[in-house]
Amino acid sequence: MNAMTEPVAEDGYNFAFLDEQTKRMIRRAILKAVAIPGHQIPFGSREMPLSYGWGTGGIQVTAAVIGRDDTLKVIDQGADDTTNAVSIRGFFRRMTGVATTERTDQATIVQTRHRIPETRLAEGQVIVYQVPIPEPLRWLEPRETETCKMHGLAEYGAMHVKLYEDIVRYGRIETAYDYPVMVNGRYLMRPSPIPKFDNPKMDRMPALQLFGAGREKRIYAVPPYTSVKSLDFEDHPFEVERWEHCCALCGSNDSFLDEIVVDDSGNRAFVCSDTDYCGERRAQGHQGAGMPAGYGQAAADGAAPGRKGD
Amino acid sequence: MKEQPILEVRDLTRRFGLRTAVRDVGFELWPGEVLGIVGESGSGKTTLLNCVGGRLPADDGTVLYRTAAGPAVDMLALAEAKRRRLLRTEWGFVHQNPRDGLRLDVSAGGNVGERLMALGHRHYGNLRQAAIDWLAQVEIDTARVDDAPRAFSGGMQQRLQIARNLVTHPRVVLMDEPTGGLDVSVQARLLDLLRRLVRETGVSAVIVTHDLGVARLLADRLLVMKGGEVVEGGLTDRLLDDPHHPYTQLLVSSALSV
Amino acid sequence: MYVAVKGGERAIANAHAWLAEERRGDPGVPELSIAQIREQQRLAVDRVMTEGSLYDPDLAALALKQARGDQVEAIFLLRAYRTTLARFGASLPLETGRMTVRRRVSAIFKDVPGGQVLGPTFDYTHRLLDFTLAANGEPPAAPVAEAPLADTLPPVIDVLNRERLIEAEVVPADEAPPADLTREPLRFPASRAMRLQNLARGDEGFLLALGYSTQRGYGRNHPFAGEIRFGEVTVELEAPELGFAVELGDIELTECQMVNQFAGSKTEPPQFTRGYGTSFGHGERKAMAMALVDRSLRAAELGEEVSSPAQDTEFVLYHSDNVEAQGFVQHLKLPHYVDFQSELTVIRAMRRAAAQTAEAALAEAAE
Repeated sequence: MNAMTEPVAEDGYNFAFLDEQTKRMIRRAILKAVAIPGHQIPFGSREMPLSYGWGTGGIQVTAAVIGRDDTLKVIDQGADDTTNAVSIRGFFRRMTGVATTERTDQATIVQTRHRIPETRLAEGQVIVYQVPIPEPLRWLEPRETETCKMHGLAEYGAMHVKLYEDIVRYGRIETAYDYPVMVNGRYLMRPSPIPKFDNPKMDRMPALQLFGAGREKRIYAVPPYTSVKSLDFEDHPFEVERWEHCCALCGSNDSFLDEIVVDDSGNRAFVCSDTDYCGERRAQGHQGAGMPAGYGQAAADGAAPGRKGD
Repeated sequence: MKEQPILEVRDLTRRFGLRTAVRDVGFELWPGEVLGIVGESGSGKTTLLNCVGGRLPADDGTVLYRTAAGPAVDMLALAEAKRRRLLRTEWGFVHQNPRDGLRLDVSAGGNVGERLMALGHRHYGNLRQAAIDWLAQVEIDTARVDDAPRAFSGGMQQRLQIARNLVTHPRVVLMDEPTGGLDVSVQARLLDLLRRLVRETGVSAVIVTHDLGVARLLADRLLVMKGGEVVEGGLTDRLLDDPHHPYTQLLVSSALSV
Repeated sequence: MYVAVKGGERAIANAHAWLAEERRGDPGVPELSIAQIREQQRLAVDRVMTEGSLYDPDLAALALKQARGDQVEAIFLLRAYRTTLARFGASLPLETGRMTVRRRVSAIFKDVPGGQVLGPTFDYTHRLLDFTLAANGEPPAAPVAEAPLADTLPPVIDVLNRERLIEAEVVPADEAPPADLTREPLRFPASRAMRLQNLARGDEGFLLALGYSTQRGYGRNHPFAGEIRFGEVTVELEAPELGFAVELGDIELTECQMVNQFAGSKTEPPQFTRGYGTSFGHGERKAMAMALVDRSLRAAELGEEVSSPAQDTEFVLYHSDNVEAQGFVQHLKLPHYVDFQSELTVIRAMRRAAAQTAEAALAEAAE
């Protein structure tokens, strides 16, 4: 150990858990991914202390790029306070000691599952997506050897068959999330299960977009200002979902809304899925119609009912 | 200008372990010609077709194809990207079992439109119209364009498979027992349809069949296969009416009046 | 806080505390020691070591204790720990012919050089609950053989090998040394070495079911249990600076050599073929299932038709890992309400469109 060595993280683990060799290996994969936008790069995904499917790919990507001066934001479903976001943020606090934030505009790295923040990301920021299934062609071809070939030869016709079928059956393209995109006019890519509402944010985004799939052992990337086009037909152009409601808390009419069942008779309220965006708007004085009377916090904090003396 | 064969197969060999399924087979296919390959099951005719169609790697041989653009290419030695592009534009393959050649849970229109989408067609309305036109060509009720072929009869599935292949106007179509597994009356209708389509489109075709009746109706010329080798070839009428090779004689005599 | 479904740090901390309490169970009952688990739940420890890819009985016992006896969870714990360990080198291939055998049976010859050794096996026990165990009964001492076994018991398959009745096990000259699957992603086509590595870490239940399916006709390959052996083998490491091998210690190992239906090729006369299985500790069921699946995955290489799940390399290798599988199955517990909201929006829009069409049709009919 010498003075150049980074401070040892908790329990004698290396900074950001992974050893430096592994981080270098992942950064090499990331560099390759950035060089070939949308192309999936196999990497030696490690077995992490969090479960596969819980974001091990995103965690490894973040661990490989995070430095001591970074500020990390972690969201799940757009919110900073969902259990899995809390858990991953806690993991990085323990393993790196870096600053964390809930503010999108103050983060240098945003790790996300299922959403892109409403606040536009800027140059210099990195957004890391957790990816369950990276292969966009998987629905029609379960074999890796075959999908590799289809990507290599840009044989993407069959993907349009799926969209064609949607229109036949439903009169519209029914895919609502993980909506396939063409990156830089060459590679078909899964944007991870974000709602298609978020797809347009990916197009020519000033921030670097990194995608990590731990279980499937793939990394891919979209460099800043790269074209990301959602697949569609000339006579059935891509559209995003719209709400008839505004956010009950901040009154926003242009953000993605969560629907919350507020009572036993099935009444609902709609609020921003992006908790930071909603909070910022309220701080600026925006106000919605308010939550229904009597809606409050229910006991869901994991404590044993009647066992902890509370 | 002297006409040249569209397809020249030479010295094609395929082994499975110790067994040689196809041995040194060669043939030519001329523009607009229908070539029948007959023989009993196990004679190697389907393996031959699969090797020619790039569905099974051959151990030896060449499959020289004269492309629409002009130059002849060896399909077996061609870079995969080029080979696959030719296979889905200038070639067609009709499987004995429509399940192998169709997406059974995708609508009839989607099945017909797939090759066009692969070529970059991106207008839903036009794709669906092209599918409707082709359904009419193969005598499927155009009202079924949005139905999935899983619910179609065997004959309809087979006709849909043919439409799915012909939509890009291929120059060579390979067919593996296209009428196998169909009722006799359904077979007759399909044969009529095939005859008409071959005549109208001018496509060249190779048809593998064990049924000499089918061969008589469709093929201009026949090859007889036995034990992985071609034992006799010639014009259909000559070969069936005056078979030379003892095996062909046996085949012809054991078939009911062809 | 306005949304009840979003739990915070306190919820997680409380849940963990509760879990620890449940793990301990009734405090009136003495706590299990790691040594007790290691010694008395040995087969559970063996499975955790095998599928956790780490030979360390104490850590495996600790993982089992921490996981409340849940094997897959314990395997997960051991694997996550293994990620952090440095790699010093690779051992020399184990010489299982020099195994100190505790059990060794062959089903293909009545007697074999060195003899059949039944050893500690459940095979011929009557599966009757033994209530003396509930009463803390100590077993009587097992009798000891009059003479020890030979130091070296050559593999039974060697008998067939001498006559060249079974295929030689030759690593293709152009084959690269096998990579470490825990450091590099699986790529296809996968060499046999990579497949075996994957299967050795694979879920026992999954391999058992696949192996069973080959016996029932889904890719039948006519297996015979050529030999199953269990005992201790020495692990040796050749350190480059020394230039000779150093013994690191002994590990317990189970090995299964299946003898399968013969095949021939252009260059080879008909011969029996092989399937191979192994596990840390005493794991015969796993080793045998693995050997069946190893053989069935060789279908393509041996020129057999690939038609059944157990012959499908991608299918088997991509789904054998229970740590991956449990994660992806259980991740469905994580919130998916954003995706679900998107679906809700779409389905409502489609229903609205359908209702309008129906109304229009009604209005038209009424005119």
